[in-house]
Amino acid sequence: MPRTATEILSQEFLLTRAKILEVAAFYDRLGQFPDGAPSPQQLELLSAACRILTDDQSDKAARVQLLFSREFNPQWRDEFGI
Amino acid sequence: MDYVDPHIHMVSRTTDDYETLAKMGCVAVSEPAFWAGFDRGTVDSFRDYFRQLTDTEPKRAAQYGIQHYTWLCINAKEAENVSLSREVIAMIPEFLDKPNVLGIGEIGLNKNTKNESTIFLEHVELAVKYQQQILIHTPHLEDKYQGTRMILDMLCHDSRIERQRVMVDHVEEHTIGPVLEAGFWAGMTLYPITKCTPQRAADMIEKYGPERLMANSAGDWGPSKPTAIPDLIFELRRRGHPEAAIRRVVYDNPQQFFSQSKSYHFAPRA
Repeated sequence: MPRTATEILSQEFLLTRAKILEVAAFYDRLGQFPDGAPSPQQLELLSAACRILTDDQSDKAARVQLLFSREFNPQWRDEFGI
Repeated sequence: MDYVDPHIHMVSRTTDDYETLAKMGCVAVSEPAFWAGFDRGTVDSFRDYFRQLTDTEPKRAAQYGIQHYTWLCINAKEAENVSLSREVIAMIPEFLDKPNVLGIGEIGLNKNTKNESTIFLEHVELAVKYQQQILIHTPHLEDKYQGTRMILDMLCHDSRIERQRVMVDHVEEHTIGPVLEAGFWAGMTLYPITKCTPQRAADMIEKYGPERLMANSAGDWGPSKPTAIPDLIFELRRRGHPEAAIRRVVYDNPQQFFSQSKSYHFAPRA
């Protein structure tokens, strides 16, 4: 029994608004420090994840997960010798 | 609604939690062996832990009408110690005939190392030798995708594995597809911050359907909520899912999966 897009938006608008505010406040906290972020790589990962949220592709949750994931090497058994 | 929590570490919870679970509708739990928060030093530490899992916890659960089942192994984190792991694996058969043992678990990977992989394969050998079901832990956060693919790689290269008797746990959006497509059961762990929320679990149920899919709390000594499954039930109801569909995920599916073990003798509530 899937909900309609209208129902999802109506039920989850405020929750999502609150989550976005948390992210915005996080960036404000980081911005208080003129020397910049201690880990540019982590900051770039977060920025890339934010870009996924607003692009026109689907499977956003899975794509964000993969962005934060180590790569899989199909030859791993040869590498380990097992 | 009556439900089963297929993955919860009750040794880490208070007796009050058993009472709360019972009041929320929990009728059975399955408790995989896991990391105690520190590395144990001897095989006898594990022998005592397995006594706790097969003797003490079933009695504690029974006080509240909850049926307690368990899985035995040395977890992936301690599998870095290969010699100790081999001693534990050699000792596990002492406990396989205990009445609440469902199989070998939660085996898996943690940091996806050679030692962890070696011990994973030796656990699989043990399970095959004793015809045991398998419950699998997949790694956390950035290691999950790589580790899950490695685990599937090892399992799918072994023709002796009966995939319908294996559950791959802690799946998330990027790992659930490969697990289900390969024919294994998948477990979604409702665990704050590092795993999955009830809302995201509901999304995955809607996307993949209820076939071979379960949800659990993995309640343990870390930040976790032992009553997370009622939260999922509430979320699915809020979205308008019929009661029978919800019950399939939180009650019927665990029964179907566990009933493949000769030790599973679940008695429904009268």
